[in-house]
Amino acid sequence: MSPRLRFIARRLLQAVPVVLAIVMLNFFLLHLAPGDAATVLAGEAGSATPEYMAQLRARFGLDQPLALQLWAYARNILTLNLGHSFRHDQPVVTLIVARLWPTLLLMMTTLVLSVTVGSLLGLLAATGLHRWRDTVISIFALVSYATPLFWLGLMLIVLFSIRLGWLPTSGMESIGAFKTGWARLLDIGRHLILPAGALSLFYMALYTRLMRAALLEQAGMDYVTTARAKGLSERRIVWAHTLRNALLPVVTMAGLQTGGLLGGSVIVETVFGWPGLGLLAFQSLFARDLNLLLGIFLLSACTVVVVNLVVDILYTLLDPRIEVT
Amino acid sequence: MTAFSRRYGRNRAAVLGLCILGAVVLLALAAPWISPGSPFRLAGKPLSPPFGEYLFGTDTLGRDVAAGITHGARTSLLIGLVATAMAVAVGTVLGGLAGFYGGVVDDLLMRVTEFFQTIPAFLFAIVLVAVLGSSLSSTVIAITVVSWPAVARLVRGEFLGMRRRDFVQACIGLGMPDARIIFRHILPNCLAPIIVLASLMVATAILIESGLSFLGLSDPNVMSWGFQVGAGRGVLRVAWWLCAIPGVAILLTVLAINLVGEGLNDALNPRLRR
Repeated sequence: MSPRLRFIARRLLQAVPVVLAIVMLNFFLLHLAPGDAATVLAGEAGSATPEYMAQLRARFGLDQPLALQLWAYARNILTLNLGHSFRHDQPVVTLIVARLWPTLLLMMTTLVLSVTVGSLLGLLAATGLHRWRDTVISIFALVSYATPLFWLGLMLIVLFSIRLGWLPTSGMESIGAFKTGWARLLDIGRHLILPAGALSLFYMALYTRLMRAALLEQAGMDYVTTARAKGLSERRIVWAHTLRNALLPVVTMAGLQTGGLLGGSVIVETVFGWPGLGLLAFQSLFARDLNLLLGIFLLSACTVVVVNLVVDILYTLLDPRIEVT
Repeated sequence: MTAFSRRYGRNRAAVLGLCILGAVVLLALAAPWISPGSPFRLAGKPLSPPFGEYLFGTDTLGRDVAAGITHGARTSLLIGLVATAMAVAVGTVLGGLAGFYGGVVDDLLMRVTEFFQTIPAFLFAIVLVAVLGSSLSSTVIAITVVSWPAVARLVRGEFLGMRRRDFVQACIGLGMPDARIIFRHILPNCLAPIIVLASLMVATAILIESGLSFLGLSDPNVMSWGFQVGAGRGVLRVAWWLCAIPGVAILLTVLAINLVGEGLNDALNPRLRR
Protein backbone atom coordinates (compact mmCIF):
# COMPACT_ATOMS: atom_id res chain seq x y z
CA MET A 1 0.00 0.00 0.00
CA SER A 2 1.31 3.45 -0.83
CA PRO A 3 1.99 5.74 2.14
CA ARG A 4 -0.85 8.05 1.11
CA LEU A 5 -3.40 5.25 1.01
CA ARG A 6 -2.14 4.05 4.39
CA PHE A 7 -2.51 7.57 5.73
CA ILE A 8 -6.08 7.82 4.46
CA ALA A 9 -6.94 4.42 5.91
CA ARG A 10 -5.51 5.38 9.29
CA ARG A 11 -7.40 8.68 9.35
CA LEU A 12 -10.61 6.83 8.46
CA LEU A 13 -10.03 4.41 11.33
CA GLN A 14 -9.41 7.31 13.69
CA ALA A 15 -12.73 8.84 12.73
CA VAL A 16 -14.69 5.74 13.76
CA PRO A 17 -14.42 6.19 17.55
CA VAL A 18 -15.26 9.89 17.13
CA VAL A 19 -18.48 9.05 15.31
CA LEU A 20 -19.35 6.44 17.94
CA ALA A 21 -18.70 8.98 20.67
CA ILE A 22 -21.01 11.44 18.92
CA VAL A 23 -23.74 8.80 18.81
CA MET A 24 -23.27 8.12 22.53
CA LEU A 25 -23.32 11.81 23.36
CA ASN A 26 -26.55 12.17 21.41
CA PHE A 27 -28.10 9.27 23.28
CA PHE A 28 -27.24 10.70 26.67
CA LEU A 29 -28.49 14.15 25.70
CA LEU A 30 -31.80 12.55 24.74
CA HIS A 31 -31.94 10.90 28.15
CA LEU A 32 -30.94 14.02 30.02
CA ALA A 33 -34.05 15.79 28.78
CA PRO A 34 -37.06 15.73 31.06
CA GLY A 35 -39.75 13.34 29.87
CA ASP A 36 -39.46 10.72 27.14
CA ALA A 37 -41.25 9.81 23.95
CA ALA A 38 -44.06 8.25 25.95
CA THR A 39 -44.78 11.44 27.90
CA VAL A 40 -44.67 13.43 24.67
CA LEU A 41 -47.16 11.11 22.99
CA ALA A 42 -49.33 10.98 26.09
CA GLY A 43 -49.26 14.76 26.18
CA GLU A 44 -50.38 14.88 22.55
CA ALA A 45 -53.22 12.50 23.34
CA GLY A 46 -54.38 14.82 26.12
CA SER A 47 -54.64 12.25 28.90
CA ALA A 48 -53.15 8.85 29.50
CA THR A 49 -53.54 6.19 32.13
CA PRO A 50 -50.41 4.76 33.77
CA GLU A 51 -51.17 1.45 32.04
CA TYR A 52 -51.19 3.15 28.63
CA MET A 53 -47.91 4.90 29.45
CA ALA A 54 -46.29 1.59 30.44
CA GLN A 55 -47.57 0.05 27.24
CA LEU A 56 -46.10 2.91 25.20
CA ARG A 57 -42.77 2.60 27.02
CA ALA A 58 -42.66 -1.12 26.31
CA ARG A 59 -43.39 -0.48 22.66
CA PHE A 60 -40.51 1.99 22.30
CA GLY A 61 -38.21 -0.18 24.41
CA LEU A 62 -38.03 2.56 27.05
CA ASP A 63 -38.42 0.00 29.86
CA GLN A 64 -35.17 -1.71 28.90
CA PRO A 65 -31.87 -1.16 30.76
CA LEU A 66 -29.93 1.91 29.60
CA ALA A 67 -27.11 -0.08 27.99
CA LEU A 68 -29.58 -2.08 25.89
CA GLN A 69 -31.34 1.12 24.86
CA LEU A 70 -27.99 2.62 23.82
CA TRP A 71 -27.26 -0.50 21.77
CA ALA A 72 -30.63 -0.29 20.04
CA TYR A 73 -30.14 3.44 19.44
CA ALA A 74 -26.67 2.98 17.96
CA ARG A 75 -27.93 0.18 15.73
CA ASN A 76 -30.71 2.40 14.49
CA ILE A 77 -28.37 5.31 13.77
CA LEU A 78 -25.93 3.13 11.86
CA THR A 79 -28.77 2.07 9.59
CA LEU A 80 -29.60 5.77 9.17
CA ASN A 81 -32.73 5.52 11.25
CA LEU A 82 -32.63 8.75 13.23
CA GLY A 83 -35.98 8.21 14.89
CA HIS A 84 -39.39 9.67 14.36
CA SER A 85 -40.45 13.29 14.57
CA PHE A 86 -43.72 13.20 16.48
CA ARG A 87 -44.45 16.80 15.58
CA HIS A 88 -44.22 16.29 11.82
CA ASP A 89 -45.21 12.59 12.00
CA GLN A 90 -42.39 11.77 9.60
CA PRO A 91 -39.04 10.02 9.94
CA VAL A 92 -36.33 12.50 10.97
CA VAL A 93 -34.13 11.42 8.04
CA THR A 94 -36.82 12.35 5.50
CA LEU A 95 -37.22 15.79 7.06
CA ILE A 96 -33.49 16.40 7.13
CA VAL A 97 -32.87 15.29 3.56
CA ALA A 98 -35.63 17.60 2.34
CA ARG A 99 -33.93 20.58 3.99
CA LEU A 100 -30.38 19.67 3.13
CA TRP A 101 -29.78 21.42 -0.11
CA PRO A 102 -30.80 24.96 0.84
CA THR A 103 -28.31 24.77 3.71
CA LEU A 104 -25.61 23.36 1.47
CA LEU A 105 -26.21 26.15 -1.03
CA LEU A 106 -26.00 28.77 1.72
CA MET A 107 -22.85 27.27 3.22
CA MET A 108 -21.04 26.80 -0.07
CA THR A 109 -21.81 30.36 -1.18
CA THR A 110 -20.63 31.65 2.19
CA LEU A 111 -17.45 29.60 2.06
CA VAL A 112 -16.50 30.78 -1.43
CA LEU A 113 -17.43 34.39 -0.71
CA SER A 114 -15.63 34.63 2.62
CA VAL A 115 -12.46 32.84 1.52
CA THR A 116 -12.02 34.82 -1.69
CA VAL A 117 -12.97 38.26 -0.39
CA GLY A 118 -11.24 37.64 2.96
CA SER A 119 -7.98 36.53 1.32
CA LEU A 120 -8.12 39.45 -1.06
CA LEU A 121 -8.62 41.96 1.75
CA GLY A 122 -5.81 40.32 3.72
CA LEU A 123 -3.56 40.64 0.70
CA LEU A 124 -4.49 44.32 0.26
CA ALA A 125 -3.80 44.98 3.94
CA ALA A 126 -0.46 43.16 3.97
CA THR A 127 0.82 44.86 0.82
CA GLY A 128 -0.12 48.28 2.11
CA LEU A 129 1.19 47.69 5.62
CA HIS A 130 0.55 50.52 8.10
CA ARG A 131 -0.92 52.73 5.41
CA TRP A 132 -4.56 53.85 5.29
CA ARG A 133 -5.59 50.73 3.38
CA ASP A 134 -4.28 48.47 6.13
CA THR A 135 -5.88 50.59 8.83
CA VAL A 136 -9.30 50.64 7.18
CA ILE A 137 -9.26 46.89 6.54
CA SER A 138 -8.08 46.13 10.07
CA ILE A 139 -10.85 48.26 11.59
CA PHE A 140 -13.38 46.55 9.33
CA ALA A 141 -12.14 43.13 10.52
CA LEU A 142 -12.24 44.20 14.17
CA VAL A 143 -15.83 45.44 13.93
CA SER A 144 -16.98 42.39 11.95
CA TYR A 145 -15.53 40.22 14.67
CA ALA A 146 -17.71 41.88 17.27
CA THR A 147 -20.97 42.05 15.31
CA PRO A 148 -23.70 39.67 16.46
CA LEU A 149 -24.83 37.68 13.43
CA PHE A 150 -28.57 37.95 14.08
CA TRP A 151 -28.34 41.70 14.51
CA LEU A 152 -26.36 42.13 11.29
CA GLY A 153 -28.99 40.09 9.46
CA LEU A 154 -31.85 42.20 10.81
CA MET A 155 -30.05 45.46 9.99
CA LEU A 156 -29.39 44.25 6.43
CA ILE A 157 -33.12 43.54 6.11
CA VAL A 158 -33.96 47.02 7.40
CA LEU A 159 -31.57 48.67 4.96
CA PHE A 160 -31.82 46.62 1.77
CA SER A 161 -35.32 45.17 1.98
CA ILE A 162 -37.45 47.63 3.94
CA ARG A 163 -35.81 51.02 3.24
CA LEU A 164 -34.37 50.49 -0.23
CA GLY A 165 -36.65 47.66 -1.32
CA TRP A 166 -33.89 46.09 -3.40
CA LEU A 167 -33.93 42.57 -2.04
CA PRO A 168 -36.52 40.20 -0.60
CA THR A 169 -36.77 39.95 3.21
CA SER A 170 -37.10 36.23 3.62
CA GLY A 171 -37.48 32.80 2.10
CA MET A 172 -35.61 31.17 -0.73
CA GLU A 173 -38.04 31.82 -3.59
CA SER A 174 -40.87 34.22 -4.30
CA ILE A 175 -44.02 32.57 -3.05
CA GLY A 176 -46.59 31.74 -5.69
CA ALA A 177 -44.42 32.93 -8.56
CA PHE A 178 -43.73 29.37 -9.83
CA LYS A 179 -40.73 30.46 -11.84
CA THR A 180 -38.76 27.94 -13.82
CA GLY A 181 -35.35 27.69 -15.44
CA TRP A 182 -33.12 30.77 -15.37
CA ALA A 183 -35.81 32.97 -13.89
CA ARG A 184 -36.01 30.62 -10.89
CA LEU A 185 -32.23 30.52 -10.47
CA LEU A 186 -32.11 34.29 -10.58
CA ASP A 187 -34.90 34.46 -8.02
CA ILE A 188 -33.06 32.12 -5.64
CA GLY A 189 -29.90 34.13 -6.20
CA ARG A 190 -31.65 37.34 -5.18
CA HIS A 191 -32.92 35.66 -2.02
CA LEU A 192 -29.45 34.30 -1.31
CA ILE A 193 -27.56 37.61 -1.31
CA LEU A 194 -28.50 38.87 2.16
CA PRO A 195 -28.23 35.60 4.14
CA ALA A 196 -24.94 34.62 2.49
CA GLY A 197 -23.60 38.15 2.94
CA ALA A 198 -24.50 38.22 6.63
CA LEU A 199 -23.03 34.80 7.32
CA SER A 200 -19.88 35.63 5.34
CA LEU A 201 -18.95 38.81 7.18
CA PHE A 202 -17.52 37.18 10.30
CA TYR A 203 -15.55 34.60 8.34
CA MET A 204 -14.37 37.22 5.91
CA ALA A 205 -12.85 39.06 8.86
CA LEU A 206 -11.29 35.83 10.08
CA TYR A 207 -9.64 35.05 6.75
CA THR A 208 -8.56 38.67 6.31
CA ARG A 209 -6.66 38.62 9.58
CA LEU A 210 -5.26 35.16 8.94
CA MET A 211 -4.12 36.06 5.43
CA ARG A 212 -2.53 39.29 6.57
CA ALA A 213 -0.63 37.54 9.37
CA ALA A 214 0.43 34.65 7.13
CA LEU A 215 1.67 36.99 4.39
CA LEU A 216 3.64 39.04 6.90
CA GLU A 217 5.15 35.87 8.35
CA GLN A 218 6.14 34.65 4.89
CA ALA A 219 7.62 38.03 3.99
CA GLY A 220 10.33 37.53 6.59
CA MET A 221 11.45 34.17 5.21
CA ASP A 222 14.82 33.56 3.61
CA TYR A 223 13.38 32.57 0.27
CA VAL A 224 11.87 36.04 -0.08
CA THR A 225 15.30 37.59 0.47
CA THR A 226 16.64 35.25 -2.20
CA ALA A 227 13.86 36.20 -4.59
CA ARG A 228 14.51 39.86 -3.96
CA ALA A 229 18.26 39.38 -4.40
CA LYS A 230 17.78 37.84 -7.80
CA GLY A 231 15.87 40.93 -8.85
CA LEU A 232 12.21 39.86 -8.77
CA SER A 233 9.65 42.63 -8.48
CA GLU A 234 7.73 42.90 -5.20
CA ARG A 235 4.52 42.15 -7.08
CA ARG A 236 5.95 38.93 -8.47
CA ILE A 237 7.33 37.88 -5.08
CA VAL A 238 3.86 38.19 -3.56
CA TRP A 239 1.90 36.57 -6.36
CA ALA A 240 4.30 33.75 -7.22
CA HIS A 241 5.82 32.99 -3.83
CA THR A 242 4.40 34.28 -0.57
CA LEU A 243 0.71 34.15 -1.55
CA ARG A 244 0.83 30.43 -2.29
CA ASN A 245 2.40 29.64 1.04
CA ALA A 246 0.09 31.98 2.90
CA LEU A 247 -2.96 30.25 1.42
CA LEU A 248 -2.25 27.04 3.33
CA PRO A 249 -3.38 28.23 6.78
CA VAL A 250 -6.47 29.73 5.12
CA VAL A 251 -7.40 26.32 3.68
CA THR A 252 -6.93 24.67 7.07
CA MET A 253 -9.05 27.30 8.76
CA ALA A 254 -11.78 27.01 6.14
CA GLY A 255 -12.04 23.31 6.96
CA LEU A 256 -12.09 23.94 10.68
CA GLN A 257 -14.91 26.47 10.36
CA THR A 258 -17.53 24.02 9.05
CA GLY A 259 -18.95 23.50 12.52
CA GLY A 260 -19.11 27.23 13.07
CA LEU A 261 -20.87 27.73 9.74
CA LEU A 262 -23.51 25.16 10.71
CA GLY A 263 -24.12 26.96 14.01
CA GLY A 264 -24.25 30.31 12.24
CA SER A 265 -26.73 28.96 9.71
CA VAL A 266 -29.26 28.34 12.51
CA ILE A 267 -29.24 32.06 13.24
CA VAL A 268 -29.06 33.28 9.66
CA GLU A 269 -31.77 30.90 8.46
CA THR A 270 -33.98 31.92 11.37
CA VAL A 271 -33.53 35.60 10.59
CA PHE A 272 -34.05 35.25 6.84
CA GLY A 273 -36.57 32.40 6.87
CA TRP A 274 -34.18 30.39 4.70
CA PRO A 275 -35.79 26.93 4.54
CA GLY A 276 -32.75 24.83 5.47
CA LEU A 277 -31.55 22.69 8.35
CA GLY A 278 -30.93 25.68 10.59
CA LEU A 279 -34.52 26.86 10.34
CA LEU A 280 -35.66 23.28 10.90
CA ALA A 281 -33.53 23.16 14.06
CA PHE A 282 -35.09 26.42 15.25
CA GLN A 283 -38.61 25.16 14.56
CA SER A 284 -37.91 21.86 16.35
CA LEU A 285 -36.65 23.88 19.30
CA PHE A 286 -39.99 25.57 19.62
CA ALA A 287 -42.06 22.47 19.02
CA ARG A 288 -39.95 20.68 21.68
CA ASP A 289 -39.23 18.09 19.00
CA LEU A 290 -36.04 16.76 20.55
CA ASN A 291 -35.69 13.78 18.21
CA LEU A 292 -35.52 16.11 15.25
CA LEU A 293 -33.16 18.60 16.93
CA LEU A 294 -30.76 15.86 17.98
CA GLY A 295 -30.95 14.29 14.52
CA ILE A 296 -29.78 17.57 13.01
CA PHE A 297 -27.11 17.86 15.69
CA LEU A 298 -25.87 14.35 14.98
CA LEU A 299 -25.73 14.93 11.26
CA SER A 300 -23.90 18.25 11.72
CA ALA A 301 -21.30 16.73 14.04
CA CYS A 302 -20.70 13.87 11.59
CA THR A 303 -20.41 16.36 8.72
CA VAL A 304 -17.65 18.14 10.59
CA VAL A 305 -15.78 14.84 11.08
CA VAL A 306 -16.03 14.10 7.36
CA VAL A 307 -14.95 17.60 6.34
CA ASN A 308 -11.94 17.44 8.67
CA LEU A 309 -11.00 14.14 7.08
CA VAL A 310 -11.27 15.57 3.57
CA VAL A 311 -9.25 18.65 4.50
CA ASP A 312 -6.50 16.49 6.01
CA ILE A 313 -6.29 14.45 2.83
CA LEU A 314 -6.46 17.55 0.59
CA TYR A 315 -3.70 19.09 2.62
CA THR A 316 -1.27 16.28 1.90
CA LEU A 317 -2.02 16.73 -1.80
CA LEU A 318 -1.64 20.53 -1.69
CA ASP A 319 1.56 20.57 0.29
CA PRO A 320 3.91 17.70 -0.49
CA ARG A 321 6.15 18.74 2.40
CA ILE A 322 3.62 17.44 4.90
CA GLU A 323 4.54 13.93 5.88
CA VAL A 324 1.91 11.28 5.38
CA THR A 325 3.47 8.80 7.78
CA MET B 1 2.93 47.22 37.15
CA THR B 2 3.82 50.69 35.91
CA ALA B 3 5.83 49.18 33.05
CA PHE B 4 2.77 47.09 32.25
CA SER B 5 0.36 50.03 32.23
CA ARG B 6 2.80 52.09 30.19
CA ARG B 7 3.02 49.35 27.59
CA TYR B 8 -0.75 48.99 27.65
CA GLY B 9 -1.23 52.75 27.34
CA ARG B 10 0.88 52.85 24.22
CA ASN B 11 -1.90 50.99 22.39
CA ARG B 12 -4.52 53.69 21.89
CA ALA B 13 -7.18 51.28 20.65
CA ALA B 14 -6.77 49.22 23.81
CA VAL B 15 -7.22 52.32 25.97
CA LEU B 16 -10.40 53.17 24.07
CA GLY B 17 -11.60 49.61 24.61
CA LEU B 18 -10.91 49.87 28.33
CA CYS B 19 -12.93 53.11 28.52
CA ILE B 20 -15.95 51.59 26.76
CA LEU B 21 -15.73 48.45 28.87
CA GLY B 22 -15.46 50.57 32.01
CA ALA B 23 -18.64 52.41 31.00
CA VAL B 24 -20.49 49.13 30.43
CA VAL B 25 -19.33 47.77 33.80
CA LEU B 26 -20.49 50.98 35.52
CA LEU B 27 -23.83 50.71 33.75
CA ALA B 28 -24.21 47.12 34.90
CA LEU B 29 -23.27 47.93 38.50
CA ALA B 30 -25.57 50.94 38.66
CA ALA B 31 -28.53 49.26 36.94
CA PRO B 32 -30.72 49.06 40.09
CA TRP B 33 -30.29 52.82 40.65
CA ILE B 34 -30.47 54.02 37.04
CA SER B 35 -33.58 52.02 36.27
CA PRO B 36 -35.14 50.73 39.48
CA GLY B 37 -37.61 47.88 39.43
CA SER B 38 -37.97 45.03 37.02
CA PRO B 39 -36.94 45.74 33.41
CA PHE B 40 -39.99 43.67 32.42
CA ARG B 41 -42.27 46.26 34.07
CA LEU B 42 -44.68 47.98 31.70
CA ALA B 43 -43.54 51.59 31.73
CA GLY B 44 -45.75 53.39 29.28
CA LYS B 45 -47.40 53.48 25.89
CA PRO B 46 -46.11 50.68 23.58
CA LEU B 47 -43.76 51.54 20.72
CA SER B 48 -42.98 55.11 21.67
CA PRO B 49 -39.99 56.26 19.60
CA PRO B 50 -36.55 56.87 21.11
CA PHE B 51 -35.32 60.23 22.45
CA GLY B 52 -38.81 61.14 23.58
CA GLU B 53 -40.17 60.54 27.06
CA TYR B 54 -37.95 57.46 27.29
CA LEU B 55 -34.33 57.62 26.16
CA PHE B 56 -34.56 54.57 23.89
CA GLY B 57 -38.36 54.44 23.63
CA THR B 58 -40.57 51.53 24.62
CA ASP B 59 -41.04 48.12 23.05
CA THR B 60 -44.13 46.31 21.77
CA LEU B 61 -45.51 45.79 25.29
CA GLY B 62 -44.49 49.21 26.60
CA ARG B 63 -41.38 48.11 28.44
CA ASP B 64 -38.66 50.74 28.79
CA VAL B 65 -35.87 49.82 26.33
CA ALA B 66 -33.22 51.79 28.25
CA ALA B 67 -34.02 49.84 31.43
CA GLY B 68 -33.58 46.64 29.45
CA ILE B 69 -30.21 47.84 28.19
CA THR B 70 -28.90 48.58 31.69
CA HIS B 71 -30.15 45.29 33.13
CA GLY B 72 -29.02 43.44 30.01
CA ALA B 73 -25.49 44.74 30.63
CA ARG B 74 -25.55 42.89 33.96
CA THR B 75 -26.68 39.64 32.32
CA SER B 76 -24.15 39.80 29.51
CA LEU B 77 -21.18 40.59 31.74
CA LEU B 78 -22.23 38.13 34.43
CA ILE B 79 -22.70 35.23 32.05
CA GLY B 80 -19.55 36.14 30.11
CA LEU B 81 -17.43 36.26 33.26
CA VAL B 82 -18.85 33.21 35.05
CA ALA B 83 -18.85 30.99 31.97
CA THR B 84 -15.29 32.04 31.11
CA ALA B 85 -14.09 31.49 34.67
CA MET B 86 -15.57 28.00 34.65
CA ALA B 87 -14.16 27.18 31.21
CA VAL B 88 -10.72 28.44 32.26
CA ALA B 89 -10.86 26.33 35.44
CA VAL B 90 -11.86 23.16 33.60
CA GLY B 91 -9.47 23.78 30.71
CA THR B 92 -6.54 24.60 32.98
CA VAL B 93 -6.99 21.47 35.10
CA LEU B 94 -7.40 19.11 32.14
CA GLY B 95 -4.75 20.80 29.97
CA GLY B 96 -2.37 21.02 32.93
CA LEU B 97 -2.75 17.34 33.76
CA ALA B 98 -2.24 16.37 30.12
CA GLY B 99 0.83 18.56 29.72
CA PHE B 100 2.41 17.69 33.07
CA TYR B 101 1.95 13.94 33.08
CA GLY B 102 2.07 13.25 29.33
CA GLY B 103 1.83 9.68 28.13
CA VAL B 104 -1.49 7.91 28.45
CA VAL B 105 -3.11 10.72 30.45
CA ASP B 106 -2.16 13.19 27.73
CA ASP B 107 -3.42 10.92 24.94
CA LEU B 108 -6.73 10.31 26.64
CA LEU B 109 -7.39 13.93 27.64
CA MET B 110 -6.42 15.26 24.25
CA ARG B 111 -8.75 12.81 22.51
CA VAL B 112 -11.58 14.12 24.68
CA THR B 113 -10.57 17.72 23.95
CA GLU B 114 -10.44 17.11 20.22
CA PHE B 115 -13.80 15.42 20.38
CA PHE B 116 -15.36 18.47 22.01
CA GLN B 117 -13.68 20.71 19.45
CA THR B 118 -15.13 18.67 16.61
CA ILE B 119 -18.72 19.18 17.69
CA PRO B 120 -20.24 22.37 16.21
CA ALA B 121 -20.05 24.73 19.19
CA PHE B 122 -23.13 26.90 18.76
CA LEU B 123 -25.37 23.97 17.81
CA PHE B 124 -24.08 22.07 20.84
CA ALA B 125 -24.90 25.04 23.05
CA ILE B 126 -28.43 25.19 21.59
CA VAL B 127 -28.98 21.47 22.18
CA LEU B 128 -27.64 21.69 25.73
CA VAL B 129 -29.95 24.55 26.67
CA ALA B 130 -32.87 22.81 24.97
CA VAL B 131 -32.19 19.69 27.02
CA LEU B 132 -31.40 21.40 30.32
CA GLY B 133 -34.19 23.97 30.09
CA SER B 134 -33.87 27.75 29.78
CA SER B 135 -32.20 29.22 32.83
CA LEU B 136 -29.16 31.31 33.67
CA SER B 137 -27.26 28.26 34.88
CA SER B 138 -27.93 26.17 31.79
CA THR B 139 -26.73 29.03 29.57
CA VAL B 140 -23.55 29.22 31.64
CA ILE B 141 -23.09 25.43 31.50
CA ALA B 142 -23.65 25.37 27.74
CA ILE B 143 -21.07 28.13 27.13
CA THR B 144 -18.59 26.46 29.47
CA VAL B 145 -18.95 23.09 27.75
CA VAL B 146 -18.24 24.57 24.33
CA SER B 147 -15.39 26.86 25.37
CA TRP B 148 -13.06 24.88 27.67
CA PRO B 149 -11.23 22.91 24.91
CA ALA B 150 -9.37 26.00 23.66
CA VAL B 151 -8.01 26.61 27.16
CA ALA B 152 -7.04 22.97 27.62
CA ARG B 153 -5.02 22.97 24.41
CA LEU B 154 -3.25 26.22 25.27
CA VAL B 155 -2.43 25.17 28.84
CA ARG B 156 -1.23 21.74 27.70
CA GLY B 157 1.16 23.37 25.23
CA GLU B 158 2.51 25.73 27.87
CA PHE B 159 2.91 22.94 30.43
CA LEU B 160 4.68 20.72 27.92
CA GLY B 161 7.20 23.50 27.32
CA MET B 162 7.64 24.27 31.03
CA ARG B 163 8.00 20.61 31.96
CA ARG B 164 11.38 20.43 30.25
CA ARG B 165 12.73 23.64 31.79
CA ASP B 166 15.50 23.40 34.34
CA PHE B 167 13.60 24.96 37.23
CA VAL B 168 10.84 22.39 36.95
CA GLN B 169 13.36 19.59 36.70
CA ALA B 170 15.02 21.01 39.83
CA CYS B 171 11.67 20.98 41.65
CA ILE B 172 11.14 17.35 40.68
CA GLY B 173 14.69 16.57 41.78
CA LEU B 174 14.00 18.19 45.15
CA GLY B 175 11.11 15.75 45.59
CA MET B 176 8.45 18.44 45.60
CA PRO B 177 4.86 17.14 45.44
CA ASP B 178 3.33 17.40 41.96
CA ALA B 179 0.50 19.66 43.06
CA ARG B 180 2.98 22.15 44.49
CA ILE B 181 5.06 22.16 41.31
CA ILE B 182 1.96 22.64 39.19
CA PHE B 183 0.31 25.41 41.17
CA ARG B 184 3.28 27.26 42.65
CA HIS B 185 5.83 26.98 39.89
CA ILE B 186 4.42 26.15 36.47
CA LEU B 187 1.00 27.79 36.52
CA PRO B 188 2.19 31.31 37.49
CA ASN B 189 4.55 31.18 34.53
CA CYS B 190 1.71 30.37 32.13
CA LEU B 191 -0.68 33.03 33.39
CA ALA B 192 -0.03 35.63 30.67
CA PRO B 193 -1.36 33.62 27.70
CA ILE B 194 -4.22 32.26 29.80
CA ILE B 195 -5.29 35.79 30.75
CA VAL B 196 -5.21 36.93 27.13
CA LEU B 197 -7.22 33.94 25.95
CA ALA B 198 -9.70 34.35 28.80
CA SER B 199 -10.33 38.00 27.94
CA LEU B 200 -11.12 37.09 24.34
CA MET B 201 -13.32 34.22 25.56
CA VAL B 202 -15.48 36.62 27.55
CA ALA B 203 -16.30 38.37 24.27
CA THR B 204 -17.17 35.07 22.56
CA ALA B 205 -19.26 34.02 25.56
CA ILE B 206 -21.27 37.23 25.33
CA LEU B 207 -21.85 36.64 21.62
CA ILE B 208 -23.01 33.05 22.25
CA GLU B 209 -25.28 34.19 25.08
CA SER B 210 -26.86 36.87 22.91
CA GLY B 211 -27.37 34.36 20.11
CA LEU B 212 -29.05 31.89 22.45
CA SER B 213 -31.32 34.49 23.96
CA PHE B 214 -32.17 35.84 20.51
CA LEU B 215 -33.40 32.34 19.63
CA GLY B 216 -35.59 32.43 22.74
CA LEU B 217 -33.38 30.18 24.83
CA SER B 218 -32.67 32.60 27.66
CA ASP B 219 -34.02 32.53 31.18
CA PRO B 220 -37.53 34.04 30.80
CA ASN B 221 -37.09 36.06 34.01
CA VAL B 222 -33.76 37.62 33.11
CA MET B 223 -33.50 40.59 30.75
CA SER B 224 -30.80 40.31 28.10
CA TRP B 225 -29.79 42.15 24.96
CA GLY B 226 -30.32 39.16 22.70
CA PHE B 227 -33.84 38.75 24.07
CA GLN B 228 -34.58 42.41 23.34
CA VAL B 229 -33.50 42.04 19.72
CA GLY B 230 -35.58 38.88 19.40
CA ALA B 231 -38.61 40.57 20.92
CA GLY B 232 -38.32 43.54 18.57
CA ARG B 233 -37.97 41.38 15.50
CA GLY B 234 -41.69 41.17 14.83
CA VAL B 235 -42.02 44.93 14.43
CA LEU B 236 -38.86 45.45 12.39
CA ARG B 237 -40.85 47.25 9.72
CA VAL B 238 -42.33 49.91 11.98
CA ALA B 239 -39.80 50.13 14.82
CA TRP B 240 -36.38 49.04 13.61
CA TRP B 241 -34.66 50.77 16.52
CA LEU B 242 -36.00 48.16 18.92
CA CYS B 243 -33.61 45.69 17.28
CA ALA B 244 -30.88 48.19 16.49
CA ILE B 245 -30.23 49.60 19.97
CA PRO B 246 -29.55 46.38 21.93
CA GLY B 247 -27.45 45.12 19.01
CA VAL B 248 -25.24 48.21 19.21
CA ALA B 249 -24.83 47.52 22.93
CA ILE B 250 -23.64 43.97 22.19
CA LEU B 251 -21.34 45.16 19.41
CA LEU B 252 -19.72 47.88 21.52
CA THR B 253 -19.21 45.59 24.51
CA VAL B 254 -17.73 42.75 22.48
CA LEU B 255 -15.55 45.16 20.49
CA ALA B 256 -14.29 46.77 23.71
CA ILE B 257 -13.42 43.40 25.25
CA ASN B 258 -11.60 42.30 22.09
CA LEU B 259 -9.59 45.55 22.10
CA VAL B 260 -8.70 45.06 25.76
CA GLY B 261 -7.67 41.48 25.03
CA GLU B 262 -5.35 42.57 22.25
CA GLY B 263 -3.95 45.32 24.46
CA LEU B 264 -3.28 42.77 27.20
CA ASN B 265 -1.60 40.52 24.67
CA ASP B 266 0.76 43.28 23.57
CA ALA B 267 1.44 44.45 27.10
CA LEU B 268 2.04 40.98 28.53
CA ASN B 269 4.29 39.84 25.68
CA PRO B 270 6.62 42.82 25.25
CA ARG B 271 9.02 40.74 23.19
CA LEU B 272 6.43 40.28 20.48
CA ARG B 273 6.12 44.00 19.88
CA ARG B 274 7.62 45.34 16.71
